[in-house]
Amino acid sequence: MAMKLRASMSGDTADIKCLMNHPMETGMRKDAASGKLVPAHHITNVTCSVGGKVVMDAQWGGGISKNPYLAIKVKGAKAGDKVTVDWTDNTGEKESADAAIG
Amino acid sequence: MDRRQVLKGAGAAGVVSVAIAAGLLKSTDVFAAYNKAGFDTKDAGAAMAAAGGASAVASADVVVKAPDIAENGAVVPVEVISNIAGTTRIAIVGEKNSQPLIADFTFSNGGVGYVSTRIKMGATSNIVGVVHAGGKAFKGHKEVKVTIGGCGG
Repeated sequence: MAMKLRASMSGDTADIKCLMNHPMETGMRKDAASGKLVPAHHITNVTCSVGGKVVMDAQWGGGISKNPYLAIKVKGAKAGDKVTVDWTDNTGEKESADAAIG
Repeated sequence: MDRRQVLKGAGAAGVVSVAIAAGLLKSTDVFAAYNKAGFDTKDAGAAMAAAGGASAVASADVVVKAPDIAENGAVVPVEVISNIAGTTRIAIVGEKNSQPLIADFTFSNGGVGYVSTRIKMGATSNIVGVVHAGGKAFKGHKEVKVTIGGCGG
């Protein structure tokens, strides 16, 4: 299931909300059935750009909850601007989504 | 580690930088370097240092919003709001998490000092928001009581 991304204007500020699909395994959780540690598998980097300019650049550990939710605010954006969110994880997987500010 | 492995590693790194220079990789494919040591540390003090907050000044302008009690430590909603002008970076630290540094955000080009997300908490503790603005570090916190831990479960 793909990443969900919504952006809307509220006054002069864009509200950007994003829901990603990811197990966010810390590497310290034991599998209930096998008793073995589940290997670390979590998002490490997330960027968000508006109109081609980076507005947020984040690093994450395994402490972000499974299927991460992220909301940020951007001043100076306007309706119609293209918002792009990219993530990559510690195994090299990545995903990108974009949406126009509504 | 023998000489061959060293050369292999150097060669691979060289290929990546050449690919970037040649424009084969879009800039969006290249993320900021990852502070693995900071995220792996199990020490809350080291995590604060990794967040640039070792000597952060407590400020009422750094607001951490989270529930008083989290029934499920696996999903704790957290908002960090900086009311300090010129905020460029917000980090989130869970003091008693087994890996206390949770996230580190930098803002630019109109990105506001605000973030809302959901985090895991292993035990009742403070969630600390570390804010960087104007070359200085500030912090605020909120205590969350955790009924069922969300780490290691």
